[in-house]
Amino acid sequence: MVSIFQLYRIERKYQYLYSIGAVLLVAGTCFVFSSLIDYHIVAFLLLVTVSLAAVSFDIKPVLVAALLSALLWDLFFIPPKFSYAVTNPEDLVLLLMYFIIVLINAVLTYRIRQVEKLARQRSEKAREIQLYNTILNSLSHELRTPISTIIGASDNLQENKENLSEANKSILLSQISEAAVRLNHQVENLLNMSRLEAGQLQPKAVWVDLPELLYGLDKKAKEADTKHALRLVLQDELPMVKLDKIMLEQILFNLLTNAQAHTPDDTKIELTCHYKNGQLELTIEDNGTGFPMDERELVFDRFYRLKNTAGSGTGLGLSIVKGFTEALGGEVLLSNSSSGGALFTIRIPAAAAVNLPIYE
Amino acid sequence: MNKTQVLIIEDEPALRTMLEITLQSNNYSVHQAKKGKDGLIMAENHPPDLILLDLGLPDIGGQQVLAELRTWFTNPIIIISVQKEEEEIIRALDNGANDYLSKPFRTGELLARIRAALRSVISEDYQPVLQFSGLSINLEERTVKREEELVKLTTTEYNLLLLLAKNEGKVLTHAFLLRTIWGPGFINQAQYLRVFIAQLRKKIEPNPNDPTYIITESGVGYRFLGMFG
Repeated sequence: MVSIFQLYRIERKYQYLYSIGAVLLVAGTCFVFSSLIDYHIVAFLLLVTVSLAAVSFDIKPVLVAALLSALLWDLFFIPPKFSYAVTNPEDLVLLLMYFIIVLINAVLTYRIRQVEKLARQRSEKAREIQLYNTILNSLSHELRTPISTIIGASDNLQENKENLSEANKSILLSQISEAAVRLNHQVENLLNMSRLEAGQLQPKAVWVDLPELLYGLDKKAKEADTKHALRLVLQDELPMVKLDKIMLEQILFNLLTNAQAHTPDDTKIELTCHYKNGQLELTIEDNGTGFPMDERELVFDRFYRLKNTAGSGTGLGLSIVKGFTEALGGEVLLSNSSSGGALFTIRIPAAAAVNLPIYE
Repeated sequence: MNKTQVLIIEDEPALRTMLEITLQSNNYSVHQAKKGKDGLIMAENHPPDLILLDLGLPDIGGQQVLAELRTWFTNPIIIISVQKEEEEIIRALDNGANDYLSKPFRTGELLARIRAALRSVISEDYQPVLQFSGLSINLEERTVKREEELVKLTTTEYNLLLLLAKNEGKVLTHAFLLRTIWGPGFINQAQYLRVFIAQLRKKIEPNPNDPTYIITESGVGYRFLGMFG
C-alpha cells in the first residue's frame, strides 16, 4: 500500500526549510506581480502551497507555514499594505476563514497519514506472521517426516526384535540412516538460510578445480539417488577459477537434489559447465514436466512451494540457490528445456588461472 | 594380543555411547572422558594407542587439550568437529592432530580413519619401495610404477606424490604441502597445488575424475589412500 503520502521522507529540519521557503517564494512572486493579481487570488495560491506541504510534511512545519502565510497575506496583500490592520470587515472574515481552512487542511491531512501509517504497520505485521506460520508449517512437516521415520523404525527394532526378519531389520535400519541424512540436509539448508538472512555471508574466493568439484558432486548425487540418470557435460580444458567453492557446491547440490526430488524416476538430468570471457556458466536441465509458467518467478522466494505439488520440500533449496548466486555476483535463470523440462542457468563472474606460471 | 586402547574425550553422552559401542564391537578397548581436564589426566595415567578428541568441550577447549597432549603424547589423535569448521580443523591438524572427522560422520569412515592413523605409526621404518594397490614408488630410483608401467613424473610431481604417500591415510593441509614442496613463500598459492594435483591424478589415477589415490578434503587439504576399501 504505497501512497503519495509516504513518497517523501525528508528530514525534519529540511521540512521547515522547504515549507517556509515555498510560502516565501509564492508570496514573493505574487508580491512582484501584485499589480496584476487580485489579493483574493493570492490567498488561494498560498492555501494551495500550504496544502501541498501538508501532503508530505509533518504537522509542525505545516502549521508554521500556515501561520506564516496568513501573516504574509495580511501584511503584504490585504489593504492597507505593510500593516497588520484590516480595515474592510469582509477582509477580516476572509483572513479568519483563511486561517481556519489552512489549519483544518493541515490537521486532516496529518490525520489521514497517521491512519495510513497504522494500517501499513498492521499489514506488515500480518504478512510477517503469515510468513512465520508458513515457515513453521513447512518446517515442522519437513523435519517431522524423517523424525517419525527414525522414531517408528527404532521403536519397531526395539520392541519387535523377535518377530522381525533379518531383511526387515536391515530395511528399518537403512530407513533410519536415510532419514538422518535428510534431516542433516534440512538443517544445513536452514543454517545457510539464516546466514543469508543475517547478511553475514562473505564469499571466500579460493582456486577451484571445476572437474574435481563437479565429478565429486556427481558422485555424491548418484550415491544419494540411483533412480535418475545424471550426466555431466564439461567443456574440455576447464581452467581453474577463483570463487567460493562451498557456496558453488551448495548451489549445484541444491539444484541437483531439487531435480531428483521433483521429477519422476528415470528422468534424465544433465549438468553442463562452460567458462568463457570471465564468466562461468552452468546449466542443470531435466526432461521432466518443468515448472508452471506463472510460478517461475516465485519458486526462488523463501518457503515457496509449487501449488500443485504433493511432494515435499521446505521451499528453502531454490531460495538459497538464488541468494548464494547473487552473493557471488551472478544470476540464476529458470526456463523450459527443449524437452519441456526445467532448465536452470547460472552465470557467475570468476577470474580464471589460464596461463599459470609453473614453478617446478 | 592386547586390544588397541582408544580414549574418547567427548562431552555429548549419546555420541560417547555410540562411539564406545562401535569401537568395542570392533575389538577396541575404550576409555571415556567427559571433559578436557579429565581426558588429560586419563591419558597420562593410561596412555592410549589413539585418542578421539572433540573440539567443542565444555571446560577447556579441544585445541588446548590437543596442544597439552602434544607436549608428550606421540600416538595418533583424531579430532571430532562440527561440520564446516574448516579453520578449526586446519589449526588442529597444524597443531599435531593426525586426522579429523566432521559431525555427523559414518561409522565406516570412523573405523577407516582409526585404522589408517594406527597404521601410520607402525610403518615408520625405512622402506626402499612403497607398495600400494596398483601403484609403487621406488625411493632409491625415484621412479613410480602404475600397474607395472613406469609413470613419467616431473620432480615436483614426484616430491608431492612421495610426501602424500609417506603420510598415507593422513590429511595434509594445503599450507603444509605448499610449504614443504614449494617453500614458505608459497603458502597462499593454493592454485599451484591444485594444478599439480590435477596433473598427478591424470598420470596415476585410473579415472582422474573419480580419484582413488589422492582424495580431496574440501577446504582442508589432500589425503593419500593406498589401499582401497
